[in-house]
Amino acid sequence: MSLYQVQKLIYELNRDPRARELFSAGRDAVLAEYQLTDEEKGALTKPDIGLLYVLGVNGQLLMHFAALHKIEWPDYLERMRQGLKDHGQVREGVYAATGYEGVEAHDARLKQEREKR
Amino acid sequence: MPLVYCGACSHAPGITARAERADTQTRQALEGAFRRMGDEIRATKPDALVVIAAEHFANFFMNNMPAFAMGMADSYEGPIEDEAFLRIKHTTVPGNKALSKRLIEKVMQTVDVAYAEEWKFDHGISVPLHFLTPDYDLPIIPANINCQGPPLAPLARAWAFGEALRTAADSVPERIALIGTGGISHWPATPDSGKINADWDQEFLRRWSANDREALLSYTDAETYRDAGQGGFEIRTFIAAAAAAKGAKGTVQFCEPVPIFAVSCTIARMAVAA
Repeated sequence: MSLYQVQKLIYELNRDPRARELFSAGRDAVLAEYQLTDEEKGALTKPDIGLLYVLGVNGQLLMHFAALHKIEWPDYLERMRQGLKDHGQVREGVYAATGYEGVEAHDARLKQEREKR
Repeated sequence: MPLVYCGACSHAPGITARAERADTQTRQALEGAFRRMGDEIRATKPDALVVIAAEHFANFFMNNMPAFAMGMADSYEGPIEDEAFLRIKHTTVPGNKALSKRLIEKVMQTVDVAYAEEWKFDHGISVPLHFLTPDYDLPIIPANINCQGPPLAPLARAWAFGEALRTAADSVPERIALIGTGGISHWPATPDSGKINADWDQEFLRRWSANDREALLSYTDAETYRDAGQGGFEIRTFIAAAAAAKGAKGTVQFCEPVPIFAVSCTIARMAVAA
């Protein structure tokens, strides 16, 4: 509904330690400053990385939001994949999933190609 | 002074954040190429390094998004990313406010560039500097092209920005080096992270090395999105660097697809006369 508002809050939290302090001290008051649906509020507070991804949050915001919550890289990727399974394809923005063989299979293919050379 | 150095390189956060997960030989070769690029920049005795990056919401957001921006401060903080994630220590990097101001005034003659007296670096600048100027002893002039929040400036405008930076660099007495940083094809921070269209990258770098303006500007954003992902929009930084080379040709010094780093890791240089 209001992807811009979701992204704006993530932007503030990612870059400003004081915004993070305010958020942890008084979450509801901070959320009230943004026009958010209940689904968006839930996704932001949990945080539900899979749902935020499907809502269309720009990956350059979401990746760092996940890191801020100490979510490791492989877990971050897995949560987005789970989000796609639970909620379907990305609803907005330019970060839709397009299909990929995966890093391991890709690495193996590149190794084979290097050996052929 | 005429521009003393012009090049382009990758800035993918995985290069530092996930370093040990890449093939050791490839990683060492990439880091070696990065360090050589740093040596080559230093060899030109620059007074400042202009870094044209595609930032990722460290400073600019869709509430007020400049197509082009330049930093105008005596120092910059960064990187904004969690240290444990990016594995680059937060630090203060020197700038040069007076020089920035003179460059910006020149750039403004042809491109409506925004200026910023505060600027936080993110991986777009911090990853290259980590290898190129690890002692942070060279003043940096950050420049940014919006590659994140569409609508994006047309490629021809990115070219014009590069041309304007070149004119500005040539007009000041200081020795200016310039690099563009960005990915070529990539699908970063998505479940497809690691996907690389290596053929597309090679063709793009062929056009870049030939400094073929028409061919570089012929990509539409729809084509780039289809073939090179949303990360591909960052070709604007390479295109601006090509324009700044003012017709000089380029050499690709390193280019290897590294899936765990999510890009064809690239180090390239334009043969501007130093």
